[in-house]
Amino acid sequence: MVPFAGWLMPVQYTSIVEEHQAVRKNVGMFDISHMGQLIVASRDARGWLNTMLTNNIDKLEVGQGQYTFLLNERGGIIDDLIVYRIGDKKFLLVVNASCTDQDLDWLNKHKRGDVKIDNRSANFGGVAIQGPRVAELFVNLPTRNHIVDLELAGMPISMARTGYTGEDGIEVFFRAGDGVKFWNTVLEKGKDLGIKPCGLGARDTLRLEMCYPLNGSDLSPERNPIEAGLGFFVDLTKPNFTGRDVLLKTKENGPREKLVPFKMKDKGPPPRPHYSVFENSERIGEVTSGTLSPSLNWGVGMAYIDGTHAKIGAKIDIEIRGQKFPATIEKKPLYKKEKTSLPPETAAATTSS
Amino acid sequence: MNVPDDLLYTESHEWIKLEGDKIRVGISDHAQSELTDVVFVELPKMDRQANAKEAIAVVESVKAASDIYAPVKGTVVEVNKALEADPGLINREPFGQGWLFVLKIDNPDDLKNLKDAAAYKKQIGG
Repeated sequence: MVPFAGWLMPVQYTSIVEEHQAVRKNVGMFDISHMGQLIVASRDARGWLNTMLTNNIDKLEVGQGQYTFLLNERGGIIDDLIVYRIGDKKFLLVVNASCTDQDLDWLNKHKRGDVKIDNRSANFGGVAIQGPRVAELFVNLPTRNHIVDLELAGMPISMARTGYTGEDGIEVFFRAGDGVKFWNTVLEKGKDLGIKPCGLGARDTLRLEMCYPLNGSDLSPERNPIEAGLGFFVDLTKPNFTGRDVLLKTKENGPREKLVPFKMKDKGPPPRPHYSVFENSERIGEVTSGTLSPSLNWGVGMAYIDGTHAKIGAKIDIEIRGQKFPATIEKKPLYKKEKTSLPPETAAATTSS
Repeated sequence: MNVPDDLLYTESHEWIKLEGDKIRVGISDHAQSELTDVVFVELPKMDRQANAKEAIAVVESVKAASDIYAPVKGTVVEVNKALEADPGLINREPFGQGWLFVLKIDNPDDLKNLKDAAAYKKQIGG
């Protein structure tokens, strides 16, 4: 167990690689009870939230969610989150555990009009059930990025068709007191499918293969969504939201640094956060996420590099313990399902989360 | 957690097997389980001389890179090349085929600074 944003969480239950493969091939379950859950409601909730978040809330019908950012005035990322419209004037924000308090402070500080903000994090737990066979476990799954309220074994739950793995999957929220019962019910239900409990280790390798960012590693208050290559989740046509001016400028001038996925050229030591990135002999950036991809059995990562060098196919070097190892800038995602045994050069960029 | 009685241990989770004037070194069962799946091993160079507690090898799991230290002063006389092709040996057989290197030691008295199985068990809370 490791401390993680004030929670004690397992890095692995059995093995990161086994858990990773369970999610890619079968189904795995993650405890995500640490994640923050904020409810924003009342008459002005929608209009006001749309000035706080980058994506466009007006596009959400009731029961629908979207990936979005909470930015500071400099356009820097305070948090990345999913906002669900769970009522006409009611929204659920699922935020990073380590950011819950600062998100709440920020939102309260900037609150305008008739808006109620409620932190229900301590009263609700959650799990993510992910993998290609998840639909064999549950009937009436909501459609992608939608959330529904239903009952399972007498427990009222909210089930969303979302995830952080690149596989089909759901994230389920329930009353904290139902956590153990829910977890055990699903493990029992999924026994024949070979469902596996999965820890933080597999969560990290799965998301990195998809190039989904991890806040604190790939995202920070010093980085904006354009630099992070996540402009798809920013609606610059909205007339007014915090950080908009900075993002417009970044988009116009091109980002000074850009987050790019890369793949090592040869088998060797896996890349790790904070390793330096070189092009020829010039230092052009730094790795923010890196691992040995269990699906590709190959070293992969993401790095912020000088914007002028951020071209797909460009050759770079990663410095590992004083030695340079060649790598190539790739398209997102680093892993694509249909091409498990092939290098991901031909993989199309996706922007879904 | 397996802690064989016939081995010595370090605070940093290496195990040591005495073989005449040499020692065979690997990492403990506890260490491999904490590291998680080992995916890469950087072995020390042959004939390298090392001081006690000097980092001379790296074991990388999916999660992180960890230094492996020379338990006592000595010279590298053998390295386990099999780990380059199959680093998972460290997880599967930490005390057997998963050994890392053999050191010819300078002074047998240095071994007195190492822990016996009972002391190591206590350290890892076993």
